[in-house]
Amino acid sequence: MTLLASAHGYWNLQTFWFFLIVVLWIGYFVLEGFDFGVGTLLPFVGRDVVERGTLLRTIGPVWDGNEVWLLVAGGATFAAFPGWYASLFSGFYLALFLVLVGLIVRGVAIEYRNKQTGELWRSRWDRILAVSSAIPALLWGVALADVVHGVPIDAHGEFTGNLLSLLGPYALFGGLTSLALFTFHGALFLTLRTTGELHARARRAAFLLALPAAALVFGFLVWTYANAASAHEKGIVPGVIPITAMVLPFVAWMLVRAGKDGWAFAATAASIALITLTLYLNLYPRAIVSSTASGFSPTIFTTSSSHYTLVVMSIVAVVFTPVVLAYQAWTYWVFRARLGDEDAPHSPLELLERSPLGRGTPQPGA
Amino acid sequence: MALDLARWQFAVTTLYHFLFVPVTIGTAWFLVGMQTAWYRTGDEKWLRMTRFFGKLFLINFALGVVTGIVQEFQFGMNWSAYSRYVGDIFGAPLAIEGLAAFFLESTFLGLWIFGWDRLKPKVHLATIWLVAVGSTASAYFILAANSWMQHPVGYKLNPVTHRAELTSIAQILTNSTLIRAFGHTIAAAILTAAMLVLGVAAWHLRRGGDAAVFRPAATIALWATLVAGVLTVLIGHEQGQLMTRQQPMKMAAAEALYTTESGAHFSLFDLGPWQRRPNKDLVSIAIPHGLSILADNSWNGRVLGMNDIQKQYAATYGPGDYKPIVGITYWTFRIMTGLGFLAVVIALGGLWLARQPGRLERSSRYLRLAVWAIALPFLANLAGWVFTELGRQPWIVQGLLQTKDAVSPSVGAWSVGLTLAGFTLLYGILAAVEAGLMIRAAKAGPDGEGTYAPAPEGDGAAPVRIPALTY
Repeated sequence: MTLLASAHGYWNLQTFWFFLIVVLWIGYFVLEGFDFGVGTLLPFVGRDVVERGTLLRTIGPVWDGNEVWLLVAGGATFAAFPGWYASLFSGFYLALFLVLVGLIVRGVAIEYRNKQTGELWRSRWDRILAVSSAIPALLWGVALADVVHGVPIDAHGEFTGNLLSLLGPYALFGGLTSLALFTFHGALFLTLRTTGELHARARRAAFLLALPAAALVFGFLVWTYANAASAHEKGIVPGVIPITAMVLPFVAWMLVRAGKDGWAFAATAASIALITLTLYLNLYPRAIVSSTASGFSPTIFTTSSSHYTLVVMSIVAVVFTPVVLAYQAWTYWVFRARLGDEDAPHSPLELLERSPLGRGTPQPGA
Repeated sequence: MALDLARWQFAVTTLYHFLFVPVTIGTAWFLVGMQTAWYRTGDEKWLRMTRFFGKLFLINFALGVVTGIVQEFQFGMNWSAYSRYVGDIFGAPLAIEGLAAFFLESTFLGLWIFGWDRLKPKVHLATIWLVAVGSTASAYFILAANSWMQHPVGYKLNPVTHRAELTSIAQILTNSTLIRAFGHTIAAAILTAAMLVLGVAAWHLRRGGDAAVFRPAATIALWATLVAGVLTVLIGHEQGQLMTRQQPMKMAAAEALYTTESGAHFSLFDLGPWQRRPNKDLVSIAIPHGLSILADNSWNGRVLGMNDIQKQYAATYGPGDYKPIVGITYWTFRIMTGLGFLAVVIALGGLWLARQPGRLERSSRYLRLAVWAIALPFLANLAGWVFTELGRQPWIVQGLLQTKDAVSPSVGAWSVGLTLAGFTLLYGILAAVEAGLMIRAAKAGPDGEGTYAPAPEGDGAAPVRIPALTY
């Protein structure tokens, strides 16, 4: 693979866009990773609808902005590497369908849960939210592991397998890893954003999740490295990146024990970023690995857009990305305050007052 | 089989998505107006209006967002051959939309919902402005991509890569088709929101509900319906003239015009055997010379019929049938335009009643009509999309690529059928949930008078804290 890359060198727009897309995926996994984690943990950390409402509020203002990272990653792939986009999305057809269903249901659950006040209405959406958060958290790991490890792809870049060819042992292990790591990451996010009893429970959850997540990350990266070695791929950077990625969840575990929630969260965020980077470095300069024949693997050079399009898109990206980063960072600053029991409208009187019933308007059919 | 199912899937998911999009774009601008009025005047009724319609906006927005992800993914999933062929051009506006518009809309919407008591009033007002700008810009880039499919510009065909490649992004973003489609779509979005606001206000006024909020809401909505309705019609007419040149087959099919005519009549209503014709109408009502005037601004203008265009296309592109499904194209065009005119008439009627104070509130029959009229813009929007997309068939990109050659070769009929069933089922359930929530929230009405009134002087109490909108 290094041969293929060196034929083109590294100073080209394809490589620039490959790494820009890596950055977009890292942004997506780090940000929506904790959204998924908070969703998955909702029934475990929140004991009743009021507590779960407070937990949900920690991601309420930001989840939608976080999800746009996915849309931009997808759009950037379409614009810069149409062939990659076409092979990937048509090949991972049913898996992506499940991801889409998960994301749709999850978004609706977050937004609709509080649009009515009934206990049953809310607890139902809470359960739906937990499941629909866990599904994409698992499937993104499966998909990324597949892209790097290889799926059946023919000489035209077309996928020739089925859903089962996406569910090999390595890919499933990758899915469990992403699920565990995102959930751990989400627990740490909650420790940062809550106070009181909720904070204590979030820490307990983080504590319980830390070692399983760390062990899975360790196993997954060792397996990744073994795969790369057996395929004689030296593209993967030996040393600092995967090893740091491997160590960081353990560091997070120690930090949360020491009560340094913020640093622990930074550690899982960095681990997610470095695992993603490791996988893409292993992939480079290929777009997807073909398990049918290594020569069939579409590369960033065979799937890319024309030079003109890449130049146009580079200018757009250079202009807009810093602006987006600035206002998203500002959002996190605005909503930096921790939330606790006092932030939920949880006294029965207050709940009643906030419901339409409390205002004396008759409720048809209520 | 897979092709037909993929077409159905695109139709179902796109039309469903487009139920919510115009409401988002249009209502965002209404919220901008209402909240700006509150900021400038400090009058509580504007705040209560903003927060009431804000709730409806959010219920609608949620489904718009989640169904939008499907839109981006399905080009690659179901139409991978299309994606390979046009990605060099088509991907750019989509990616720019995400980076420049959708990020803006989503991030600032979060700030708007949750920022009521965390941001200074001026900054908070700016967030809803940015949401409206973001959602409108979003429409611009998406329509840039779509307009390129209707009228490809700024590209060349690369014989080595066998695909269309971008030569000028400026031409893509200033496509004549795009400018008109954007104006038409935004006007229609504002029309949609206006009729929604009008209908909801009418429901409450008829029951003697909060007149302080709903009387001004109804008046504003009536004027907006009139202005947006007239603009939709006028820009639509411009579009039609351009389309006669750029996509003559679509416009001929819209009129079910088989033979080329000078001084062609404009058909208002027609029942007949669509596929064969001509001159076998069972019922036909038509305006003499109407089509020539509409298409060409002249009494005896020559309008090309489908048979002649078919011959031209067969000579240019090789043998094949280049006619869309005439019956659907003809009727969706009539539903769209007819409902557009009807909206203008309804607005005029309401404004006529509103000349005398109190007369609108007392006119029970008109108020009931206004509630039912909420359905009109939605039907017109759907008909418009079906018309413009179906009327382009068999092309997916006019003159360059046919839909039958655009589908994913590696995805089988079972997969497409399964996901089609899945999306249809899921979307159906969500539509029911959404409609239920929307109706409940609309009926519940705004917060009572005095909810946000500042505490009386000397009380020592802090001003009322305005909570986040829905949590």
